[in-house]
Amino acid sequence: MASKVQVVTKPKLLPKNYKSEVKPTWCPGCGDFGVLASLYQAMAELQLDPVSTVVVSGIGCSSRLPFFVKTYGFQTAHGRVLPVAIGIKIANPELTVIAVGGDGDGFSIGGGHLVHAVRRNPDITYVVMDNEVYGLTKGQTSPTSPLGFKTKSTPFGSSDAPINPMAWALASGVSFAARGFSGEPKYLTNLIVQGIQHPGFAFIQSMSPCPTFYNTFDLWRPKIEKLPENHDPSDRTQAMVQAFRDDSIPVGLFYKEMRPTLESQTRVTNHPMKENAREFDVRALLATYR
Amino acid sequence: MIVETLLVRLAGESGTDNAISAGDALTQSAARSGYHVHTFRTYPAEIKGGPVMFQLRVGVRPVPSLGDLLDVLLAFNEEAWDLHHKALRPDGILIYDPGEHDVPQDFHSTAYGIPYDRMSRDLNLRKGKNLIALGSLAALVGFDFHQLQETVKDLFGRRPEFIESNRIALLAGFQWVKDNIHEEVPYRLAPPDPGHEPELVMSGNRAIVAGALAAGCRFFGGYPITPATDILEEMAKRLPELGGATLQTEDEIAAIGTVIGASIAGLKAMTATSGPGFSLMQEMLGLATMAEIPLVVVDSMRAGPSTGMPTKMEQGDLNIALYGGHGEAPRIVLAARSVQDCFYQAMQAFYLSETFQMPVILLSDQSLSHRTETLPMPDSNLVPVVERMRPSPEHADEYQRYRISESGISPMGIPGLDPTPFTATGLEHDEYGAPNYTPEMHTAQLDKRGRKFEVVADALCDLEVPLGCMCFGVPEEEAEVGVLAWGSTTGVVQEAVEGMAAEGHRVTALVPAVINPLPADRILRFASHLKAILVPEVNRTGQFAAWVKAHTELHLVSLNKYGGLPFTPAEIRAAVMEFLVPAPDNTAAKAKPVKEVTHGQ
Repeated sequence: MASKVQVVTKPKLLPKNYKSEVKPTWCPGCGDFGVLASLYQAMAELQLDPVSTVVVSGIGCSSRLPFFVKTYGFQTAHGRVLPVAIGIKIANPELTVIAVGGDGDGFSIGGGHLVHAVRRNPDITYVVMDNEVYGLTKGQTSPTSPLGFKTKSTPFGSSDAPINPMAWALASGVSFAARGFSGEPKYLTNLIVQGIQHPGFAFIQSMSPCPTFYNTFDLWRPKIEKLPENHDPSDRTQAMVQAFRDDSIPVGLFYKEMRPTLESQTRVTNHPMKENAREFDVRALLATYR
Repeated sequence: MIVETLLVRLAGESGTDNAISAGDALTQSAARSGYHVHTFRTYPAEIKGGPVMFQLRVGVRPVPSLGDLLDVLLAFNEEAWDLHHKALRPDGILIYDPGEHDVPQDFHSTAYGIPYDRMSRDLNLRKGKNLIALGSLAALVGFDFHQLQETVKDLFGRRPEFIESNRIALLAGFQWVKDNIHEEVPYRLAPPDPGHEPELVMSGNRAIVAGALAAGCRFFGGYPITPATDILEEMAKRLPELGGATLQTEDEIAAIGTVIGASIAGLKAMTATSGPGFSLMQEMLGLATMAEIPLVVVDSMRAGPSTGMPTKMEQGDLNIALYGGHGEAPRIVLAARSVQDCFYQAMQAFYLSETFQMPVILLSDQSLSHRTETLPMPDSNLVPVVERMRPSPEHADEYQRYRISESGISPMGIPGLDPTPFTATGLEHDEYGAPNYTPEMHTAQLDKRGRKFEVVADALCDLEVPLGCMCFGVPEEEAEVGVLAWGSTTGVVQEAVEGMAAEGHRVTALVPAVINPLPADRILRFASHLKAILVPEVNRTGQFAAWVKAHTELHLVSLNKYGGLPFTPAEIRAAVMEFLVPAPDNTAAKAKPVKEVTHGQ
């Protein structure tokens, strides 16, 4: 009996194939919709396997995102997205791990983790939707809010100067740093694609206005401009200069370098739930205590 | 007199006298000679300076506890004498350095002045004082000198010049005793039982690591903290060769975060910490309960609250282990009872966390973490090694991660391995993992997680040793007084109760390993024949007694000690005696149910 070789081609995944049944909970006009659309688009461009992709988040409006994506997902605790994402990546380096969250989650309560994630350089893409305000708790000042920002928690104006997340990531030694704007999803998609492709920690600050508590669309749109054509993304000093621009909000790839990833050094080779699991005789280990 | 057990304490200045490294060498050497050993140590929380002590109890037969009064005190300086002479038995041996201080006028037992400091200077071996002392001890009380030389070579002598200088130091101490002490020494250690094979000698923390690795742990995330640090160090050394990974994180929240991440990606994962770090982990433990993620947390307890006394023991974290964190999140809590039990409970912790997909907390403490004991080769086959329940690929289309099942357990899909994507979350959720705040769903999911816990209780109710309750002394139906203990207090209780039982006292003891879910039926059965039940624990408020009372409504008598040091067998014995001897007025004993032993040893 002649056997026929049947060629099975997987159907090409479209952006809509990454959309889950859970409907976004965001307010109409929320900048996070643009980021979500860019993420679907980026996933489709890279044909990410939903079974081998994990979208991890913390807590906040933007951290709801994993529920809207039809891959593996994990919404962790407030501020703890990066340690959990790192654990996932170390355990199985073949997974594509995408961390998402907001400015409060990533720069305030979780700020301590950012610098350490950056210096370890795991191959994780971290998209921070920065709206310069706390949305889910209904409008308080955030670590990126401007000085003097009046909110219900700062009725006389915030006394704290904003941090500069891009400069912070660069100063910590990030191996990929980019900034996008949710109002330009195509441009953002391209940055997310590059970030996922980058073998290392990719920090993507995505300016995503909050129409309900701090509508900055009109304030930011005229200030958004692409990095100068002659910007050299291998030059950290130039990137730093761009990070400190206050006349405009430059978007694009600020910086990129290649250095060893965390998981290439930790190297889990014996995942007990995979086929390569080896039997381990603890008696040999114990015998060293004679 | 030839004795079958000997309790020796070396005391001196941290960083100068090297009493701890000497003690380690003596312990290893005694174990290799075929003796049973049990050590205890205290040391300052500072790196340089401060008093340290190391004590070794060595016996021809097993030595389950640290013992009582010292047979031999070797004091390197006057402060060591001041701090420790009260622990020396009235007819004990004092070894001191006459260059440091004189024998006190009121000391009436045997004292040997050995000029350790001068000898080390004469030999130009300024760091060799501790080895000179070991050589002299071997000559005086009968440790095997040849084995001591070999062990010192193994432990310290990597370079030829060290081997030679260590040899000279040991020999100088040994020879000094032979040349200068001619009278009979009051105690000499009996030779080891020739039929007894040398056993493993290891610390509680190392036994935890071995047990975890045997259970399949392949990821460890941790942050240095006394007295759990050496679990991190040992994992960092051992995991790579097993294809696993260790990560030192920026803090304890990140440590448990990486553990949660590794577990959700399919690795068996663990962290280890002490009180301050364990406090930081509480929110993430709640996340693991809510998202149903298996993981193991070791809490090596130290005296608290706050930074407390980092190098002193206390059984003070039971309440946070049981009740820490917000919301209703039952946790499995185990307490290791000996070094050998550290191995088995670490294995059991993984067995339970994988089976029931929830965090398991394993309690140890400073005294157990850093104590070394001899133990026979543990049998890892006594504890099942299991993997969590996974979804079957055929039913991937109808997969529900948080299916409301009868047992409460539902299959956990692993990213990259199972074709069942879902989103895990700390939010209350429906069967698929999507956020859901309806009263019906919260009730159903709380019940699901609660049922899982009830199944744990059923699974654990009739476990045998090493996983179940340990019993000591006379059979409980013949006993009059019982001791109910937990954790590292076990060995002390064992020694006291077995000793009293051998003398004809009707005393028994029960020690569960699983603290939550508490084997309440077993404890009630234990209690049913007893006139009084004593609960010794190293904390002020009787946390375990309160927990047992809440589940059994038994009348328990708490015996509390809280100075940072473990109980001694004599303290347990004295407390039990009060209930054995019929008091002329029985009501007097009932009037003060709480006993306190607050003094040091």
